Amino acid sequence: MSDPILEVQGLKKYFRTSAGALHAVDDVSFSIGRGQTMGVVGESGCGKSTLGRTILQLHEPSGGKIFFSGREVTGMSRRAFREVRPKMQMIFQDPYSSLNGRMTVSQLIAEPLIVNKVCRSRTEIDERVEEMMDTVGLAKRLALSYPHELDGGRRQRIGIARALILKPEFVVCDEPVSALDVSIQAQILNLLMDLQDRMGLTYLFITHDLSVVKHISDEIMVMYLGKCVEKAPAGEIFRNPLHPYTKALLAAIPIPDISSKHKHRDLLQGEVASPVNPKPGCRFAARCPMASERCRSGEIPLTEQAPGHFTACLKASLS
Amino acid sequence: MNKRKSRRMVQVKEFWRRFTKNKTAVLGLCIMIFILLIVIFADVIVPYSRCIEQAGAERLQGPGPKHFFGTDEYGRDLFARVIHGSRFSLFIGVATSLMALVFGSLIGASAGYFGGMIDNAIMRVVDVFMCVPPILLSLAVVAALGTNLRNLIIAMTISCIPGNVRLIRSVVLTVAEQDYVEAARSYGTGNGRIILRYVLPNAMGPIIVNTTMMISDMILSAAGLSFIGMGIQPPAPEWGALLSNAQTYLLSAPYMLLFPGLFIIITSLAFNLVGDGLTDALDPKLKD
Repeated sequence: MSDPILEVQGLKKYFRTSAGALHAVDDVSFSIGRGQTMGVVGESGCGKSTLGRTILQLHEPSGGKIFFSGREVTGMSRRAFREVRPKMQMIFQDPYSSLNGRMTVSQLIAEPLIVNKVCRSRTEIDERVEEMMDTVGLAKRLALSYPHELDGGRRQRIGIARALILKPEFVVCDEPVSALDVSIQAQILNLLMDLQDRMGLTYLFITHDLSVVKHISDEIMVMYLGKCVEKAPAGEIFRNPLHPYTKALLAAIPIPDISSKHKHRDLLQGEVASPVNPKPGCRFAARCPMASERCRSGEIPLTEQAPGHFTACLKASLS
Repeated sequence: MNKRKSRRMVQVKEFWRRFTKNKTAVLGLCIMIFILLIVIFADVIVPYSRCIEQAGAERLQGPGPKHFFGTDEYGRDLFARVIHGSRFSLFIGVATSLMALVFGSLIGASAGYFGGMIDNAIMRVVDVFMCVPPILLSLAVVAALGTNLRNLIIAMTISCIPGNVRLIRSVVLTVAEQDYVEAARSYGTGNGRIILRYVLPNAMGPIIVNTTMMISDMILSAAGLSFIGMGIQPPAPEWGALLSNAQTYLLSAPYMLLFPGLFIIITSLAFNLVGDGLTDALDPKLKD
């Protein structure tokens, strides 16, 4: 982690709702080294996607700072950000709705080049689009097809090509495989890892699927209701989960073994609390089997329990 | 460069193939071309003088070899009046609809896309305009500007912008929420390009249908305005004016109503059919 490409400090994103402030992302800090993959896991509505979108300035952050390659991105003027934007791109979750159905494959992939005025001539654009289609494994004959004519895997390849054509350094992958068939998920994941090696990409990989994130990440961050509850190197978090929420998540991974069918599992009780005006203290306290009075009284900081392994739990060291 | 041109050609051909697949749309197109030919060659078919020439002896004659569509209460040849009336009616219908489309799209799309304050401000103004009946609104504008063809078109455009704005805003609202709009923003697309290249093309279906229907509506409301004396000034012929004129002689000379009415219906029908066909042919998702 000597050369962090992205550094996020105390990032906050609150949405104003009629019921009060919705804390989608609340005081999250982390950094990603160049060429690394940070996996972000958590259940639906925990603020994973908002985190990714806020980093890309698709949402205005409510607080905190974001540094990209040492430059502060937050508070940057729109004009200044225009130079940074090509370096930070995003792959979207749903390849069915994230592609404009009125454009052909080649038009879709060419859009970022045209918008950012990267190429001087149409021929140059055509060349780069063709090259990119080849890179992500899209046959040339598909150039004039419309996205609705293609299957999910091919569509997601378009999404990837579109994100990578500007030659970015950092890519937010917002659940890029969760809308795909399992058989195609593996293809796309392999493609993403392959492209990372070839182009030296850094990923922020958002997912709710732990088995996916295990494959691809160097480091994993677990989020619960807008807070980072645990952060550790990928192997470490699977071997030695410290936060009760992480443990519950890992326990919920299906085991493809018939003999383990009757094994007892500690399943979480209750539901996710509302992110609108959350109570002080640990967000997970309401569902935590180990919660005590102290957990509900004040903010619980992320503390380093082992080298590189951070968790926000008072009981972590005891267990 | 050549490659790009041929690609465009392929798309045009593809569009044409899909359009012609729809037989009723082709029928509509044929009627439309037929009426356009009438508009273009009106002077060749029958000289303009024939439709203002009054002949007291030939008042209210039924259709016959001398006057194909009969004559009106001043003995003017109705065939000539219907043929030349097409020029006024079509011009008013198409011009107002297109202008209302352009302004309505820009205003409605901005309201739906930007939302918040802009949306609120625009929509409240639109609400105020919607409170006034459209015919009254155009009447007021014509009265203020003076009666001539240009002012009539301006007045009618103003009166149908509010409805258009509402329709387009509501379509844009649903389209602007789509992921591809956010994706476009993520690679730095400006608002103008997003509206023109992403939002409007995907909102096109209802907008096209609405515009083609508006053309027939406009022909009719131009008729209403002529009836009150605020539209096309007599003796110039215009389908709506012919129609309202015919009301007086509804029982004694029904043919006076029949022919202009028939032309209005056929024209509206043609525009609607073509509009439907266009919507289908332009949507790549409905391919085959």
